[in-house]
Amino acid sequence: MNQLGFPVLSLMLAVPFAAAIACLFSSAQTARWLALAATLVDLLLGILLWINYDLAGPQWQFTEHVDLFGRFAWALGIDGIALMLIMLSVFLMPICIAASWEAIQKRVPEYMAAFLLMETLMIGVFTAQDLFLFYIMFEAGLIPMYLIIGIWGGARRIYASYKFFLYTLLGSVLMLVAMLWMVREAGTTDIPTLMNYDFPVHAQTWLFLAFFASFAVKMPMWPVHTWLPDAHVEAPTAGSVILAGVLLKMGGYGFIRFSLPMFPEASAQLMWLVFGLSMVAVVYTSLVALVQEDMKKLIAYSSVAHMAFVTIGLFAFNRQGIEGGLMVMLGHGLVSGALFLCVGVIYDRLHTREIARYGGLSNNMPKYALFFLLFTMASVGLPGTSNFVGEFLSLVGAYHASSWVAFVATTGVILGAAYMLYLYRRVAYGEAPNAEVASLPDLSARELAIMVPLALSVLWMGVYPESFLAPMRRDVGSLLARIERANPGGDAKIAFGHRPAPAAHEGAH
Amino acid sequence: MIKLIVFLPLLAAIVAGLGNRSIGNTAAKLVTTGALFVACALSWPIFVGFLTGSREAFVEPVLTFIRSGDLNVDWALRVDALTAVMLVVVTTVSALVHLYSWGYMAEDDSQPRFFAYLSLFTFAMLMLVTSDNLVQMFFGWEGVGLASYLLIGFWYYKPSANAAAIKAFVVNRVGDFGFSLGIFGVFLVFGTVSIPAILAAAPGMAGSTIGFLGHRVDTMTLLCLLLFIGAMGKSAQLGLHTWLPDAMEGPTPVSALIHAATMVTAGVFMVCRLSPLFETSHVALGVVTFIGAATCLFAATVGTVQNDIKRVIAYSTCSQLGYMFFAAGVGAYGAAMFHLFTHAFFKALLFLGAGSVIHAMHHEQDMRYYGALRKHIPITFWAMTAGTLAITGVGIIDVFGFAGFYSKDAILEAAYASGGGGRIAFIVGIFVALLTSFYSWRLVFLTFFGKARWAGSEHIQHAVHDAHGHGHDHGHDHAHAHDAHHDAHPDAEGAGSEPHAHDPGVEQVKHGTAGYHPHESPWTMLVPLGVLTLGAIFAGYIFSPYFVGAETGGAFWKGSIAFNEHLMHAMHGVPLWVKLAPAAVMLTGLAIAWWGYIADTGMPARFTSTFQLLYKFLLNKWYFDELYHAVFVVPAFAIGRFLWKRGDQGTIDRFGPDGAAALVSAGGVLTRKLQSGYVYTYALVMLLGLAGAATWAMAS
Repeated sequence: MNQLGFPVLSLMLAVPFAAAIACLFSSAQTARWLALAATLVDLLLGILLWINYDLAGPQWQFTEHVDLFGRFAWALGIDGIALMLIMLSVFLMPICIAASWEAIQKRVPEYMAAFLLMETLMIGVFTAQDLFLFYIMFEAGLIPMYLIIGIWGGARRIYASYKFFLYTLLGSVLMLVAMLWMVREAGTTDIPTLMNYDFPVHAQTWLFLAFFASFAVKMPMWPVHTWLPDAHVEAPTAGSVILAGVLLKMGGYGFIRFSLPMFPEASAQLMWLVFGLSMVAVVYTSLVALVQEDMKKLIAYSSVAHMAFVTIGLFAFNRQGIEGGLMVMLGHGLVSGALFLCVGVIYDRLHTREIARYGGLSNNMPKYALFFLLFTMASVGLPGTSNFVGEFLSLVGAYHASSWVAFVATTGVILGAAYMLYLYRRVAYGEAPNAEVASLPDLSARELAIMVPLALSVLWMGVYPESFLAPMRRDVGSLLARIERANPGGDAKIAFGHRPAPAAHEGAH
Repeated sequence: MIKLIVFLPLLAAIVAGLGNRSIGNTAAKLVTTGALFVACALSWPIFVGFLTGSREAFVEPVLTFIRSGDLNVDWALRVDALTAVMLVVVTTVSALVHLYSWGYMAEDDSQPRFFAYLSLFTFAMLMLVTSDNLVQMFFGWEGVGLASYLLIGFWYYKPSANAAAIKAFVVNRVGDFGFSLGIFGVFLVFGTVSIPAILAAAPGMAGSTIGFLGHRVDTMTLLCLLLFIGAMGKSAQLGLHTWLPDAMEGPTPVSALIHAATMVTAGVFMVCRLSPLFETSHVALGVVTFIGAATCLFAATVGTVQNDIKRVIAYSTCSQLGYMFFAAGVGAYGAAMFHLFTHAFFKALLFLGAGSVIHAMHHEQDMRYYGALRKHIPITFWAMTAGTLAITGVGIIDVFGFAGFYSKDAILEAAYASGGGGRIAFIVGIFVALLTSFYSWRLVFLTFFGKARWAGSEHIQHAVHDAHGHGHDHGHDHAHAHDAHHDAHPDAEGAGSEPHAHDPGVEQVKHGTAGYHPHESPWTMLVPLGVLTLGAIFAGYIFSPYFVGAETGGAFWKGSIAFNEHLMHAMHGVPLWVKLAPAAVMLTGLAIAWWGYIADTGMPARFTSTFQLLYKFLLNKWYFDELYHAVFVVPAFAIGRFLWKRGDQGTIDRFGPDGAAALVSAGGVLTRKLQSGYVYTYALVMLLGLAGAATWAMAS
């Protein structure tokens, strides 16, 4: 058993699942309260998990193992990386429920059930220790998202979910084939074992590419990113929050759990592919974000640019890069979620996401303007906010790997400032275009209750990131030990020439 | 104690900012101003301790920040002589500006917000100057950038203020791009970001080469230049200077605090803080000298033709920063810091004085509509005169001089003494001293002397009309109150309209007072002016031995900068003509200004019509804005639109999902099923796959 004495991970999966079923048979109001209660219980369990996580303990903790049929097993367990991503999920969930409290009036029980089911599956992805269990959770997690976009989405929801479907189908089929081959080759479905299994180098490339097809779409990386802006635009606010906050992180989680430790040589060989696509993504999507007229599209494109920092960091083959990539995942989860909530707040009032329809909100919505400013600044990576720590570490790591990558990716900080401040200016500053906008009411108590925890977490992660880095430190260490043999090294290669050092000014010291 | 100095302003900013309208104006003003005066009172003893030599440098740890492998970054407050100088500059000017704003912002609707931003700025600036590692310095660096952004755009209903705010942030980000790469590089090379550790290890790396973007370059040159790009952005050096003049859109106290005395000098501070690093690269120091001298010249030339009082002072600031940089470039870091120190006092004084004039003239900023204000606002006049005497460097060798006399002459002499590229900087510096004298006296003459030319000003007409309409004849407060309704005056204050060559000259505008009576500012504004006047008069005389004294300087700096005693000795031994040259050009500049703006007021117009092209070139600020707009802004949007429409929609979607859809629809029956129940189909496909997998897994 584990340090808590009860199967806490199974319980965290069971609570939202049971609540989801109960929701289907309840009235709208009961379903809301039920969903909120279930997500809060999971949040409490998550906190319990974090408190009891033993930094000095074994790599895999809170493990559960029940053999099912054949090679299938109900195997759960987490390391520090999974713990942090679970925390992100259980933290965002109650916020999503609260954000949907009034915005969703149609088929509320089904909506709440979909969200709770998604929570189960998300936690499942991060806890699964069996390859096929992971696959089920990973792919099934998309079904509630299809439903959320397809039923509660906007006008072009069919097109958006169709695009989502096409992209992810391609990736998951290839990944499944690769998984089957791996299981036959290694003779086990146990993920921790597979993470230390040395696949033949020639096979690694194909396996890597098969997984890459799936993770790159989830991430999303350029050029398979075009489903994301459409999905975000059509999804209801809470759907966008989960999509940006957690679902996008599954791609990064996949890279760190599968691609890097299982195929280190292939990862090193194909590093240029990852770096190349990420560099394009930073510049390309930032420029595209600059010209967007729809708020959600703008933030969606900015997400693609931010996710490129994750891939750049993870494939830098050093500690700063990997820890930075993980911190960007956590920070972006909070900040992009918060930005979508900010859009949601004004969308609920004026029912449009068109930037030009807003203006001067600082006048009548000062509290809103303050939170929006904080999250905008966090998004541009201002030091003191969550995203800075991640982006900084990730770029430090990238510089060690290649000065070109660091150089191109760092231009993202200029472009990021440009498109986010341009957005903020058009929404919060200037004059209100009409009396309706000028009289929009400020944040309600419920909205404040949503914004405050997010704001505090963003600052916490920015000022004292040690709380989040500490649990992941050892796991990153074991990953590094695993991939070090393939590390291609950087391009800096400091060398002392034969000519004598130029004499400095006299009396310099 | 240092914790109190740094964190009190933050606490005050939080109280005033979150309390905002619910705690009211007075409470917010009391909390923030009180915190700053306490911080100021605590800072001076530290500075005096370093002056008397009774204090040693120390580092006060605060909290762990980032730990990642070898990268260890802590929040910590470092206090040494260099920090102590910045502490008194920042807290003193900030406290005075807080007090000044009581009067200047008295009628504004969102005073708590204003004071919260000011205190937030002070906190970030203090974090910057007390940083013990490059990452915390970057935190302060970006923090002051945020505060600057918020304060430039303080009147957010003005489109021009918003544009200026974004410009300031984004241009600074270009600098930060270099700064970040510099930090990454420093960590790569030295394996640490702790400033003392880097400075200690730097000489060992001199002469090594490093790969960068496919080339092999000198390691230290690369690092220094990358870091210097950051300094160029923050200190508005040539190329990255375009944001500073536009930043005048912010309220005048902000211009005094941020865009004159403190934030813009952060780049100079950084170069001085890292001076042992820069000393390892001759190339980098050469670039610093060159950029400094070029900025110095550029800004001064533009400053001579501006009509907006704040813009003149803004270009003057830009130019003075150039002096500081070329001082650092020739190795005279003590002189650079000395000029930073004295400049903080006299430039803040000039800005606050200009604010007092603007306040008296009902928010008119165009000097062509001033004139003859000497008798109406005498205290402001004398304060501004003291500031002008200080910036133009008036003084008699070995007797007494105003602040700038000591610091600017030290820079010029050091440049001459250093030889080589320093001689060129010296010549540029002397010429710029002439321009400085000209534009500074031009400002004074246009504003305070000659005939009143107020009648042509729309602001004044408005004020007069308003006062009559309401039966108040001497309604200074009333007039101001009216003007605070910014909705009625969208251009209540700002950097004025963009200059146009066909604008009326001084001679063409309507003369007369239009019945307007300017009034002296309230005591809250005059007290800061008085204190800063003392600084502008005495700061040079008192502190010269500590900052640049050949024998005493080393004991004061105690290694916190690379203090070059040989250079300081050589500086005091330059030929007499070098020492006298600044005074000579200063008098020449004064004479030209007197001739053109008092004796023969038609002269400037004749001059500009003769040299049309030159005048337009200067008036349009060497066309930097136009160039950048055409080269960066327009293409960024055009490429963005192209990539979106042609890239995402025209290529990826067309041949990706949409293409696949078209292909499949051609297929017919299967597709219709797919499209009718895609979710379930997908679930089915997945389940089938899983079933297959399960069967296969069990069988094998």
